[in-house]
Amino acid sequence: MTPLLETRNLNVRFGGVHATRDVNFTLAEAELRCVIGPNGAGKSTFFKLLTGQVKPTSGQILFRGQDISNMQSHQPGRLGIGIKTQVPSLFNGLSVWENVWLAARRVNTPQQTERVTRMTLERVGMLAYRDATVGLLAHGQRQWVELAVVIAPDPPLILLDEPAAGMSDAEVTRTAELILDINRQHALVVVEHDMSFIRKIARTVTVLHQGAIIKEDTPDRIMSDPLIQQIYLGKKPQ
Amino acid sequence: MNTPEQPDQTVPGPDALQRFARSWASAVLTLALGVVLLILLPRVLDDFALVQATVYVVMSILAVSLGFIWGFGGILCFGQSAFFGLGAYAYAIAVTNLGDSTLPFLLAIVLPAAFAGVLGYLIFYGRLSDVYMGVITLTVTLILFNLINSTAGPEWKIGVAPLGGFNGIPGIAPLNMPGNVDDVIGPRGLFELSLGALLLVYLLLRTLLAAKPGRVIVASKENEQRLLLLGYDARAYKLSAFVLGAAIAGLAGCLFANWGAFTSPTVFSLAQSAQIIIWVIVGGLGTLVGPVVGCVAIQWLTSQIGTQQTINSNLVLGAILVVFVLMVPRGIVPSIGSICALLTRRSRRKAYARSNINAEVSSRAAQDEHDTPDDKAKVDPHGETVR
Repeated sequence: MTPLLETRNLNVRFGGVHATRDVNFTLAEAELRCVIGPNGAGKSTFFKLLTGQVKPTSGQILFRGQDISNMQSHQPGRLGIGIKTQVPSLFNGLSVWENVWLAARRVNTPQQTERVTRMTLERVGMLAYRDATVGLLAHGQRQWVELAVVIAPDPPLILLDEPAAGMSDAEVTRTAELILDINRQHALVVVEHDMSFIRKIARTVTVLHQGAIIKEDTPDRIMSDPLIQQIYLGKKPQ
Repeated sequence: MNTPEQPDQTVPGPDALQRFARSWASAVLTLALGVVLLILLPRVLDDFALVQATVYVVMSILAVSLGFIWGFGGILCFGQSAFFGLGAYAYAIAVTNLGDSTLPFLLAIVLPAAFAGVLGYLIFYGRLSDVYMGVITLTVTLILFNLINSTAGPEWKIGVAPLGGFNGIPGIAPLNMPGNVDDVIGPRGLFELSLGALLLVYLLLRTLLAAKPGRVIVASKENEQRLLLLGYDARAYKLSAFVLGAAIAGLAGCLFANWGAFTSPTVFSLAQSAQIIIWVIVGGLGTLVGPVVGCVAIQWLTSQIGTQQTINSNLVLGAILVVFVLMVPRGIVPSIGSICALLTRRSRRKAYARSNINAEVSSRAAQDEHDTPDDKAKVDPHGETVR
C-alpha cells in the first residue's frame, strides 16, 4: 500500500551546509508522528521541505505517490495538506469566524461552509470567540484558531511546527488533547522540541541529528536510549 | 474537553457600528440614498449645477475603483488615472471612427481591463513587491502621458481620429441609444447614467466582497502566505481585483469623455493620479462610501477655492492631505463611525447595567428550574459578512 507521505533520499544543501542528509521518511494514513532533534538538527528545514517552502537539492517527496517536491506554493494545500507554521499565520484583521470560514470555503459550498466553520470552532473550543478579531487574541488562543483553520478543509495530512510553542502548562495540556482528538481523523506530523509535550502525544518519534534520521521508535525507548540522551539532552536523564 | 470557555466581557471584536457597516442593511441604505438622489437631483438642480454634479459622480466612480483595489486588496496603484485615461481615449477614438457609441462604450471598459491584465500579470506573477507596484504603475502613467502628449501632428491618427497631442481630442460624440445614432444622451441623461453606474458599481463590489472572491481578496491583504497554505492562488485573486478596478476606472473615463466632449493628456497626469489617492485617504481607506465622500468633498472644495484669487487651491489641498494623514489617518467615514460607536457604547453601558439587575432577578427565579446548559454563543451566524 502506498504510504500517505514518503520522502526518498532527500537532500538539501545551503552552500556548504548539508542541512538534510538522505532522509527516507514514511508516514502511514492516520498516523501521528513526532519529529524531534536538538537545535540545528534540521527539523525546520525538514518541515519546510514538506510544506514546499524549501526545494530539495536531490530526492523526492511523495504525497500518496505523487511527487510534490517542486510544486507551486498553493498546490500542497489543494492536494489536502494542512500546514501550521511555528508563528501563528492568520488573517489578523479578520474575525475568528472569517478566518475559519475562508479555510472551509475553498472545499465546501456556502451552506456547508457555515456548518463546517461552526463545527470546527466548537471542536477547538473557540466558538465563543467567533466575532473576536484574531490579531487581538492571546497567543494560545491564536494557536487554537490556527489549528481550526488547518483542520477546517478536512485535509488527510496535517503538518504542525511546534504547536505548543509559547504556551502555558494548561494550554499545552489542552493542545495535546486537541492534537490527539484531531488524530482520530487526520494523519499528523508534529515537529517539536518540548519533550514533555511529546510524551503527551507521541506514539512513534523520529529523531533527527545533523540533518539525518538516526532513530525511529516509541517515546519511552527514545528517551532511554543513551546515544540520544547524549546528543539530544546533552546530559544524563533525571 | 471541548466546552468553550465563556468569553469575558472584553472580547475584542467589531462593535455594533462596524457590524452595521458590513451588513446588508448598510448596503440597502446606501443604495436607497443613491436612488433618492437619482430621482431628486435632476428635478431640483439647474442645468449648470447638474453638469457640475455629473463630474463629481464620474470622479466618484474613479475614486471607488481605487478605494476597492487599495482599501480591500491592499494594492496601492499610483496609476489608476492610466486606466481612466485609456477609457476616455478608447471611447473618443472608437466613437469618432464608428459613429455608433455602443461598441466604443464597451471598448472603454474592456481595453483598460486588458491593459491591467497584462501589467498586473507581470507584477503579481513576477512576484514584485508592493514598492515596485507603486513605481511601475506611476511610470506607466507618465509614459502614457508623454506618449499621448507628443502626438500633436496630423500624421498621428487612428482611423479617422486624430490623437491631437497636448491639445487633446475635442468634440467627442456623446453616447447614443444602441443602434440609433441620432438619439444622443443629454446632460440630464448623462447625470442619471453616471449616478446609475456608480450605484451599480457599488452594488457589484458589495456583492463581490460578501462572496468568496471578495473575502479572499481582503484576506490576501492580511496574509498572503496563509492563503497559499490554504490552497488559494492568491496571485490570481489579486490580478482579478486589479483588472476589475481598471475596468471601473475605464468606465469612469468613458463617462468623463462624454461629460466634457473632450479629453486631453492631463487625464494621465501626475496631478490626476495623486488626486485620486487623496480622495481615498480623506474619505476613508477600507470603505466603499469613503472614496465617494472624499471625492465629492475635495472637488467641491477645489471649485469653491477656485472662485477666489487669494489662496492657491493646490496649497489648500496639500494642507488638507497633511492634516488628514496626521490627525484623521482613517479618513472621514471611518472616523464618523468611531464617534457614533463611542456614543452608542456610552448608552449601551447604561443599558448593560440595567440588564444586569434584570438578569439577577430572573436568575433567582430560575433557580428552581432545570439546570440547562446556557449557550451564550449567538444564534445568528453573522456569517454573511459584507462591507
